[in-house]
Amino acid sequence: MFKLILRNTLRHRLRTTLTILGMAIAILSFGLLRTVVDAWYAGVEGAAADRLVTRNAISLIFRLPLAYLNKIQTIDGIKKVTYGFWFGGVYIDEKNFFPQFAVELPTYLDIYSEFVVDPEQRQVLVKERNACVAGRKLAQRFGWKLGDIITLKGTIFPGDWELVLRAIYDGVEETTDETRFFFHWDYVNETMKKNFPTVANQVGWFISQVEDIERAPLIAAQIDATFANSLAETLTESEKAFQMGFVSMTKAIIMAIQVVSYVVIAIILIVLANTMAMTARERQEEHAVLKTLGFQGRHLVTLIAGESVAIAFLGGLAGIIAIFPAAHFFRTALGNYFRIFNVSDETLAICLLIALVVGVVAAIFPAWRAARVPIAEGLRRIG
Amino acid sequence: MAPESTPPILVEINNLTKSYRRGVQIIKVLENVCLNIPEGEFLALMGPSGSGKTTLLNLIAGIDQPDSGLLRIAGVDISLLSESELAVWRHRNVGFIFQFYNLVPVLTALENVELPLLLSELPRVRRRQQAELALKLVGIYDRKDHYPRQLSGGQQQRVAIARAIVSDPVIIAADEPTGDLDKVSAGEVLQLMTRLNQELGKTIIMVTHDPRAAERASRLQHLDKGVLNACTV
Ligand SMILES: Nc1ncnc2c1ncn2[C@@H]1O[C@H](COP(=O)(O)OP(=O)(O)OP(=O)(O)O)[C@@H](O)[C@H]1O
Ligand SMILES: [Mg+2]
Repeated sequence: MFKLILRNTLRHRLRTTLTILGMAIAILSFGLLRTVVDAWYAGVEGAAADRLVTRNAISLIFRLPLAYLNKIQTIDGIKKVTYGFWFGGVYIDEKNFFPQFAVELPTYLDIYSEFVVDPEQRQVLVKERNACVAGRKLAQRFGWKLGDIITLKGTIFPGDWELVLRAIYDGVEETTDETRFFFHWDYVNETMKKNFPTVANQVGWFISQVEDIERAPLIAAQIDATFANSLAETLTESEKAFQMGFVSMTKAIIMAIQVVSYVVIAIILIVLANTMAMTARERQEEHAVLKTLGFQGRHLVTLIAGESVAIAFLGGLAGIIAIFPAAHFFRTALGNYFRIFNVSDETLAICLLIALVVGVVAAIFPAWRAARVPIAEGLRRIG
Repeated sequence: MAPESTPPILVEINNLTKSYRRGVQIIKVLENVCLNIPEGEFLALMGPSGSGKTTLLNLIAGIDQPDSGLLRIAGVDISLLSESELAVWRHRNVGFIFQFYNLVPVLTALENVELPLLLSELPRVRRRQQAELALKLVGIYDRKDHYPRQLSGGQQQRVAIARAIVSDPVIIAADEPTGDLDKVSAGEVLQLMTRLNQELGKTIIMVTHDPRAAERASRLQHLDKGVLNACTV
């Protein structure tokens, strides 16, 4: 019986090969699309629950006065506050994009304990006004060593900014972002004071670490209440919500990707079902002969479903194997945009499961029909 | 005639009726057919095309179900069996030979013959032995590893006969077994069937258009428009 399934599968080599190939491509696409979605959400998952982000209520592009710092610090339940902004400079070429932040480094590193800096390096980093720190992966990407001079061309803050790499941080966990780049907010601010005094002493956001996560929403409301009716009203939310907001700009795209990934599966299901229906129809007479010999409907169902599952499984397996080189390609080509591009075990399991389900579902109709056709009917030659 | 010299009736058919529905139209194919076939008989069924020969053979072989009438084989009224009971019954009692051999193309001669035995509880080795024995019996053992497309029509039909006898059925039903063969191959196949009948005592029911084939049979029945000429009472 098993032998017959195998031989049947190999009967139309070209057809089977093409179907397996189609299945492989479908599973590969599905797996990659899922991984892309995972990569998007990975940013959110890194957020800590005890961190609140305060920004301008109108929009992220408007800033807040540094003077707010004192008021926030006095609010009960807040352990520590840091601040900074998105620098958005260009390193040599636009395509070398990486996230750059000008922050109040000592407090920032205290709050972001997942970025681990060697104590000696930290000392120098904190002291030198044009020192900077980069994540391990980022440093590896550009081959930076401690002491290297990194020149950023400002886009928001005009001019060339010369920074000295004084520290390289490591992530606490494997998923910790090691592609960030930080330097002193003071360094930028001093220059602003000199050249553009109207925009000096401003920050993009405050980040407050709260003592008690339970009270975080309360504290967030309290911060916003403090600045209600002032010139720049604030919006405070958890870091997770804040990053979700970032991601949600692209939520429509993410949704589209998810829809497409299921459409791909639906298409391959229809293709496989069609192939199996065609195959079963061609073998109608053969199936009638098998029934004459005493085989029953359930045997035919096994034959057809077995073949269908075999094709789907082989295709699924090929697709899963192909995911790894494909993901590697994505990582090298687009690694700057997706800091994590790991194919999760869950994705692999789902891919395999989908392949098997597609195999079974595709066989349902052809198998049901083959089991049902009366022998006398099947033996009468069609045509 | 002394009762002990008469072989018992194997197939008992009485007032058998079968019709097919084609859309709204109902076509009566067999009407009140009566026929008794004693054990060990080699019966040839002849008649014009469309007279219902295949239909009658299919009913006897348990491939199709009658509308009404009695159809008792070896004491079992097979018209009362369910579909799956009938499948089991077919496997145990009937060997079927088709006009176009109908071997499974992806299996070798030996594997084709072994196929019905997969339904039995025989161990693998015993199945092999039995299939090889059947192939030897029909004189095609030397081609056991050939695929159907590597065999001539006559050779394929002999493999098909081996498949029909491998599970040692009581009845062999053959629908125009020589219909697709040249004279020489047809002669060989008929000789083989005669041997099965005489040496192994198989009851054979053969539908044929070929008068030379009918000559081999121990009895000839004519079917005309669904009515057997022997059943006119
Ligand atoms: N499944 C079916 N559905 C509808 N009509 C059928 C079916 N099977 C047989 N018939 C009709 O029943 C009649 C008898 O068919 P059958 O195949 O028994 O004839 P036959 O004597 O074997 O003919 P031939 O010598 O051509 O093989 C024909 O008119 C045929 O069209
Ligand atoms: Mg016929």
